[in-house]
Amino acid sequence: MLRFTEDHEWLRLDGDIATIGITAHAAQQLGDLVFVQLPDIGSKLAKGDGAAVVESVKAASDVYAPIAGEVAEVNDAIVNDPSIVNADPQNAGWFFKLKLADPKAFDALMDEAAYNKLIGA
Amino acid sequence: MSQTDANTMAHPLKRTPLYDLHLKLGARMVPFAGYEMPLQYTAGILKEHLHTRASAGLFDVSHMGQIIVRPRSGVLADAGHALEQLVPADILGLAPARQRYGLFTNAAGGILDDLMISNRADHYLLIVNAARKDADEAHLRTHLAPICEVQRSDRALLALQGPKAEAVLASLAPACASMRFMDVREMVIAGAACIVARSGYTGEDGFEISVPEEAATRVAEALLSHADVAPVGLGARDSLRLEAGLPLYGSDLDEATTPVEADLSWAISKVRRTGGLRSGGFPGSDIILGQIANGVLRRRAGLRPEGRQPVREGVQLFADAEGGEQAGAVTSGGFGPSIQAPVSMGYLATRFAAPGTRLFAEVRGKYIPVEAVTLPFVAHRYKRD
Repeated sequence: MLRFTEDHEWLRLDGDIATIGITAHAAQQLGDLVFVQLPDIGSKLAKGDGAAVVESVKAASDVYAPIAGEVAEVNDAIVNDPSIVNADPQNAGWFFKLKLADPKAFDALMDEAAYNKLIGA
Repeated sequence: MSQTDANTMAHPLKRTPLYDLHLKLGARMVPFAGYEMPLQYTAGILKEHLHTRASAGLFDVSHMGQIIVRPRSGVLADAGHALEQLVPADILGLAPARQRYGLFTNAAGGILDDLMISNRADHYLLIVNAARKDADEAHLRTHLAPICEVQRSDRALLALQGPKAEAVLASLAPACASMRFMDVREMVIAGAACIVARSGYTGEDGFEISVPEEAATRVAEALLSHADVAPVGLGARDSLRLEAGLPLYGSDLDEATTPVEADLSWAISKVRRTGGLRSGGFPGSDIILGQIANGVLRRRAGLRPEGRQPVREGVQLFADAEGGEQAGAVTSGGFGPSIQAPVSMGYLATRFAAPGTRLFAEVRGKYIPVEAVTLPFVAHRYKRD
């Protein structure tokens, strides 16, 4: 089951580990990405902390931690080839995995229907 | 309400004659210099950039100002003399049907705008930046009114840029093939009387085409109907000019920066320099000619960041990786799709401006190594002969 945020991130929960990326809508709005910076493994993020940076030809944008947790894994493939994010934002283009401080916080996030309503899809 | 919304309500955005065509082509429109302009089309900035370098891109640059300066006496040299009071270029020496790059300077030697000047036999045609066109027109009227009529043209302006631009335009107007870089000619394109200059802002060969407003869409569609042509927005226009090392007014040039600091001394014609036949006589000439003789404390230079991260406008540059001694600042920066690497330009204290100097850019609290380099990043491919 996917959850979404108003900052256009998606999350998928597996036990107490959430995989996080940016939505197809966000990837389309940003345009072709040329640079991705990911958090260090082991860093502890509070909800709303800057977690990653993405840059298109035109501009830089921050990706915030949508939920509190500790960085368990990062997707080095998108650092080496940022175009993966544009090609497959909600699968191969994932950003990082968080070991959640409170897995129940996941359920409080938007579901897909609510997110689609937000972006007018 | 954001500042942009407030501005929009006070000054509604203008549209170019190609507005409907942009929407039809799937453009993402953004406010730019008071106009609603296409940032990109459906292909996106990266592909539009690469298409221009490989084939031909069509740009709507109708937001730029086209100003006609006509001598009241009917003698073009009278207008040429008058313009030389404002621009440090050899305008009297500009032959008919030729174009030249110029600058409006102020009393402090700073740059009020950069522009292209065409000799159109009985008048000069000036192409100026969109954000500066009202100020430029007022500046010309203030200083030239007794000698010249100053008139704004409402024509559209298209740019066709790239290695296939000549073949594409020649399919509609064969005479363009014999033009050289900076030639200006009148020709009929898709039934419209156009003024064509072989120049542009991408570093590629190409043409800028002044079109009567009512024919703009027809001419644009005729060019786009060619398989080699794709529409290109302002996003790729910026990355193309950045790779070509061409400065952007408002980012890399401003009223507090002189042409010598901006590495545009080549735009000060020899005849206007110390010892020249018509030396000086333009605003700030003492300061500018003094700087040509004695050097400057800071200079525009290319910057090549290590790695993939773009180093953008406003980033501070240091001589060491601890951010101790400041060396300069970035005025334009982004990613260069043709060289698949970040590219920037900025101003460096002269002692740090030598090509090969290693500096450090502060980006989000980290210091990224950058190297001062000679511009451009991508060689110009103008048709000089």
